[in-house]
This record gives sequence, C-alpha cells and structure tokens, in this order.
Amino acid sequence: MATVAIESDVLVVGGGLAGLTSAIAAARAGCDVRLVSYKQSTLRNASGLVDLLGYTPDGDGPLTDPYAAIPQLPDAHPYRTVGVEAVRRAMELFDDSVPEYRGDHTEVNALLPTHGGTVKPTARYPAGASAGLASDGRDVLLVGFASLVDFDAPQAAAHLRATGVPFDVRGVTLEFPGDLNADAKVTRYAKLLDADGEVTVDGHQRSVRDALAERVDAERSGEARVGFPAVLGDSDPAAVRAALRGRLDADVFEVPMGPPSLPGLRLEDALFAALDDAGGRYETGNPVVDYDGTDRVETVYVEKNGARIPQRADQYVLATGGLVGKGVESDRERVYEPIFDCHVDHATDRYDWFESDAFGDHAFARFGLATDDDLRPTDSDGAVEFENLRAAGSVLGGYDFAAEKSGSGVSVATGYTAGQRAAEEAR
Amino acid sequence: MSDAESPPEFDPTESNTGEAFEPVDVFPDSDDFDLRPGSDSCYKCSTCDTNCPVAAVDDDFPGPKFQGPEQWRLKQTDDDHTVDDSVMDCSNCMRCDNACPSGVPLSQMHNTARGEYVSEQMSALSVEYWRNRILANYRTSAWLASKLPRVANAAMNFGPARWLLEKTMGITSEREFPAFATETFREWWERQGGAAGSKRRAAEQRERRGEADAEKKVAYFHGCYANYNTPEVGKAMVRVFEQFGYEVVVPEQGCSGTPMFANGMLEDARRHAEVNVSSMSDLVEQGYDAIASCTSCSMALRQEYPELFDIEGIDELSSHTFEAVEYLRIHEDLRGEIMDADVDGDLAAEFAYHAPCHARNQGLDRQAVELFGDLDGVTVEDVGDSCSGISGTYGWKSEKYEKSMAIGDEMFDHMEDAEGETGMTECPTCAMQMEHGTGYDIRHPLELIEAAVVE
Repeated sequence: MATVAIESDVLVVGGGLAGLTSAIAAARAGCDVRLVSYKQSTLRNASGLVDLLGYTPDGDGPLTDPYAAIPQLPDAHPYRTVGVEAVRRAMELFDDSVPEYRGDHTEVNALLPTHGGTVKPTARYPAGASAGLASDGRDVLLVGFASLVDFDAPQAAAHLRATGVPFDVRGVTLEFPGDLNADAKVTRYAKLLDADGEVTVDGHQRSVRDALAERVDAERSGEARVGFPAVLGDSDPAAVRAALRGRLDADVFEVPMGPPSLPGLRLEDALFAALDDAGGRYETGNPVVDYDGTDRVETVYVEKNGARIPQRADQYVLATGGLVGKGVESDRERVYEPIFDCHVDHATDRYDWFESDAFGDHAFARFGLATDDDLRPTDSDGAVEFENLRAAGSVLGGYDFAAEKSGSGVSVATGYTAGQRAAEEAR
Repeated sequence: MSDAESPPEFDPTESNTGEAFEPVDVFPDSDDFDLRPGSDSCYKCSTCDTNCPVAAVDDDFPGPKFQGPEQWRLKQTDDDHTVDDSVMDCSNCMRCDNACPSGVPLSQMHNTARGEYVSEQMSALSVEYWRNRILANYRTSAWLASKLPRVANAAMNFGPARWLLEKTMGITSEREFPAFATETFREWWERQGGAAGSKRRAAEQRERRGEADAEKKVAYFHGCYANYNTPEVGKAMVRVFEQFGYEVVVPEQGCSGTPMFANGMLEDARRHAEVNVSSMSDLVEQGYDAIASCTSCSMALRQEYPELFDIEGIDELSSHTFEAVEYLRIHEDLRGEIMDADVDGDLAAEFAYHAPCHARNQGLDRQAVELFGDLDGVTVEDVGDSCSGISGTYGWKSEKYEKSMAIGDEMFDHMEDAEGETGMTECPTCAMQMEHGTGYDIRHPLELIEAAVVE
C-alpha cells in the first residue's frame, strides 16, 4: 500500500528546551513546523532556572555579565558560533514565549539560592522563585517538610549563611499537614495545594493551605519572606503562592529542587503551549530512527512498534540532547550520534574520555557535534554532513554546561538560531 | 569508614566486583522474563513518578518506579519477597512508559508483577478476585446482554440490582452502565454483505478515485465496545475506509486483553490473544493491515502482546497494527480531504477533546486536534494532558471510585472551561468518564471524519 509522508517545511527532532525554542522560532517566522519527540525531555531533571553563563571554562566566576564574557569563550563554543547578538534575540523570544519568567529587566546575572544552600548565577527564573533572590536584603525563613527529604531546610540555611548572604536566614522542618507518606511524590503535594484539598489535622478537616500557613506562622519570627521546596502547585502555582502570601503576610518563594523538578515540568508545559499558540504541530512518544538522503536529508523515519512511518520536510533541526538525553550515545568502542551518525570527535582509547577525579576536567562533558557557522554538523574533515540539517542544544559539543552553568542558554540560543535559519532556507 | 577518612586511591580501570563476577550468570535458573536490562537502565530520575495519575492523588501508592524496577530488584535478592499488594492500585494507564527517558519497560514490569500477584497471592475464592475477573471479562457479559439488549439495559441500571452489586461485589452504584446496542456491529456488518459487500463497494470507490489497480485492504479489530455498545463507531470506520477505497474484513476476534492485563488476569488475556493473533496474523500474511478504532485495543496488539506473550506471528501483527485515523494519515492525503470538506448537522459543533493515556504512547495525543484544525465548521479544543481517571475497569470498583473521580477532576474542569459542550475521545471508557463527570455527549473522531468525507 502506498505511503504518503507526513510533510512540513521544518521538522524538529527533539522536544526539550532547544527543540521547542527552535520550533517556536520557525513557526513564528511563518513556517509550517512539526516537532517529533521520543520520551520526555531532560527538562524534568532541570531546576527550571535558565542560565546563560555563570562561570568561564577556566572556572572564573560567578560572572556578573554573561554577555560580556561570551566573546572571550573558545572558538568552538556554541555561543561563539551563533554570536552574542543572536543570544540576545534568542532570550527575547524566550521572554515573549514564557511570560511567567523573570530576569529580563537586566543583562546582569541574578543570584538564586538552590536547595543545597548554594547561590547560583542565572539569567532567568520562574516568577515563583523571584522573592528568593540572594541580592535581596530581607530576612528569610526556609521551610522544609519532614516527608520531603530532598530539601533539608536547616542545612540549606546554614550553607547560605556560610556563603555570606546579606540577610539573616533560618531553616525549619515541619510535618506537612495531612501526614503524607515519606515517599509521596512532588505531584501529590502540588495537586493537593492546587485543589486546596481537605486534610485531617488533629482530627479536624482543614483546608491544606490554611493548615500549612498556620504551621509556618507558628515558626516564623518576623522574617519578611518564606521559602518552600518547589512543590507549590502544578497547574496554578501563582494562585497557591498568592494564597500563602495572604495568609502569612509575607513574601513566598520556591527554592528550585533536583529531579524530578516541578519548575522544569512547568517550563516544558509553557513551551509546548507557546508552540501550540504559534501554530506549530507536534507529536511525542516514538523515536526517529533512520533517514534517507546523502547530501540532503530527504525523509526521516519514526519507529512505532516495528512499523516505520516516513516524515518529510525541507529543513531539519536535530535537538535530541546530549549524553543524558541520548542524542549522543556511547559504547565501549566509540561515541556516536544515533540518528544521522554525524561525526562526534573523541579519543580512540575510551580511558581518555574521563579523568579519575570525579570533578575533574572530563572530556565526555564536551562530547557532541561540531558545526559550521550555520549550525550544520560537520564531519571529521570539517565538511558539512547535510546541507539542510542543523543541530541545537546539548547534542552540540565544545562546551561543558555543568561547569559553566550555560546549559539552558546554549539550548535557547542555538535552538533559536537553528529554527530561524531553517525558516529562512525553507522559504 | 567515617567521612573524615580518605577513600583508598580509586582506579577506574580496575573492576571492583572481583574476578569471580560473571554478569551473565547472575540468575541462571530463572525462566521468567528477563527484566534485568530494564531494571538496570533505571537511573532513578523519578520522571515516571511525576507522570503517575494515581500517585498524584494517593500517597499510599508508591508509584511506578517502585512497582517496576525497584520491586523487581527486591525480588531477585530476597526469596521471601512477595509482590506488594499496592500493584493492584496501578490503573495500567501506561503513562510511565512514555515518560521514561531511559527505556525501562515499566508497564511490562507492572503487568508481570500484577499477574504474579493475582495468580500466587490473591485467593481465587475471594470476592475481589471474582469481581475483577467478571469486570475483566466484559466481553462475556456484553455478549450475554446483547442477546436481550433492552432487558439488559433495564436490568443493569435497576436500582436494587445495583445496590446488590455494590454490596456483594464491590461494583460502584455511582455509575450508569453503558447501554447495549439493539443491533451489534457484527450483525450490521453481516447485513451489509460482509467482506463480499465491502469488496464491491471499495472497488467502486477505487474506480472513482482513479486507483482501480491499487491493493487496499484492512482487517478491522473492532473490540468489544464498538461491537456491543457503540456500533456507530464501527460503522463510521467501515464507511470511511471504503470511501478511501479499502476493502474491509472483520475477522473472528476476542477481547484485546486490555482489561485483563489491568486486573492481572494474564491467562485469560493469553486465551484471547491466541484467538486474535491467529486470525489477524493470517490476514497480515495476505497483505492486510490490522486497524483498531479503540486506542487501548491498538495498544494491546502493538505493545502488550509482544511484551507479554510468545505466540507465532505476534511480532508481525504488532508492526502491522494501526489506529484507524493514524493509518489514513500515513497512507492517504487525509489532511487534504479534510481541508476541502466541511461539516453541518449535529456534528458541526465545538468539541472538548481528551487524549486517552493509551493514545499518548502511540504518539496520537495531538492527532485529532491537528487534523480537525483544518476542518471548516468545527472546533476541537484539547482539554490538556491529564488522565480521565477511569482506566477501564478501575473506576468501576467501589474502593477505587473516589480516586478515579479525583484523578478525573482536572479533565472535568478543563472540559467545562472549553467552549464546546460535546466531548470527543478515541477511548470508550474515557468517554464513559467524560460523560459521567460533565453530562456531555461524547463522540469518536471517526464519526466526525465520516461526516466530513463520506458522501
């Protein structure tokens, strides 16, 4: 039976920060865009903060102005490929797509407390984290829940004090009203708070927001702001914060948490909604496994339980992630990009891929694709692999996002540029 | 060693498991599914847990990461470890499969654990066992009811009978039983002349379309619900496919097995799977593709069968099974036809569309919204990515009813916020829940395609 490929102008492979930004950029430029993504992206492991550049590759920092530092980065760094002006325009697109984020009033890095009690330089942060800024002089009470062991509030407060923050900070651990089990999921707290569900406290049915505010108030001694682990609602966190703020008469903020992260999940939802608004189409759940074409990518194939479904576009964007997102794979012999087998530069001996010091300067942290000035992946001789394929986000090599605190910024900047360029070519 | 002591020099090139370690021989005597690769792939990111609709409303439920890889590991290390009874609180929505960034076959792990729990730990004399078995074998009850549909419809929603079912069997009296059609889909199909009639009608359409020589033939897996309860969905499938020139055959078939997997009744499921694989795979060999209108049926044939059973022809059937609208999008210019069409009458409406969880794993959750966005005369609004909460037989159990409605709350709210007052979904039990929570009439995408493209 004949097969008709599902067609679009631009096809984006990958549904994380880079892929979504790329698809939004191309859709806003007037293209018919389709995004295909396999499993859920690593945004659910991310803090939800959008960092541009916190430290130089040599470890200097925290940096005050990330834009000023970009021209000094190594040539192979993705920021150098797209250029500092593209980074600015990409952040404008992000700000416009995700209005619930803050930090766009300045080019200077903000300093946000983390759940470990460190202070992190970042460019954009959810509105829900904004009352927690470390540059704010007001005193802080951090509240942890005994059943949510990922956030130890007294310890985080002690760490923050040790960093020399310009305010007094104290941490307390409370029982969450309703005595949730110790392995209750973050979504359980969030849904209960979203719905303002009833919980049993001392044998009485109470609103969970009322009961929580009451317990916090009993511990508070005049602090003007109260920080909670990032579980304050999933579908409407602003309403949860407003309710607690009203009851406590104090500013309320969320401290970004490790995986699984609700702020990361909310960012993912917001970006998919922005793509939908821009008229982009998307489908998730099945992997792209193969392609046709030699100098150009003609068709890619989505695998569904052994069936191969063709999808065809004029321009393609590869945004499948890095080693964690599985856009870059490795076995005992080699490091490779699994869909198009684009060249990934690496040492032949795998014992040269890493250092024995856990926090050493690992080569694997920079594994990924090299590209030309147009973000098109290049082979070992520096020649373009496919004339209509661009790469964006962690699938790119040449930078260590964990050390630099540049992961989200590189995804947004290269995603924007790849989407924009694909749209220009597709016309 | 205390934290203050330095660890011995770490040499990453040296094996730390000792010379005697031979990884392939860890469980040499096991003839169960080897789920170790899946378990080893779990790096405990807990993404699956954030997708679990049950864990979001019930913190007694330990979530998919525990039910899958963690429980599997516990069972390997401790002979006395039995399957935790919380596995029966999993609704088999399978959202965790779609979530895992590491390829852990979570639902396969849950299905095997639940099967083991039911066969080895649940008493076959208990009320729960028989209640679950009756619910899981819906096809048998539906078959019986279809003999006297009007009597069955009256009896099944007769107050005192429902009270008795609640008290003795634990089947909630909060829900209305679905109505049985006075003519089943298969009875209608026979009246249309069966396969011979379809062959003739399809040939006429191919002639009209200028593709007289094209070989277009599909085998319809209607499942239980389109046969006994909503034959209009099955009829729409036949009319739409014939319009595109496809000869339809309707082979002998049992239940897909979906409610049996969800209740841990793997032997019942295997019996039905053997019937289905046998009749469908013969047709696949002759060049037919298998088409389902229910996304849970297509899910079962595509994913659960090859994951759970080893039956001849099962992999071929899996790779040739498609959901009906998906198939047309792959093989026909459905978008083009929809763009040229418009709809009037009672289907010219605004729809609140809910994507079933089982449609998600097949990549179909945006299909209806995307397709009907190009259709004049209708609006289809996605009501979001929450689970409807009924999960087949789950929401019919008295002890699960409240939980089922708490999960569904988000969907009910979004349906009420949407412009339309007609619902749309591919899944019959999601439709039941949507109607139960909002009172809306619920339609299937195939009915709308029929209204748009069939003359």
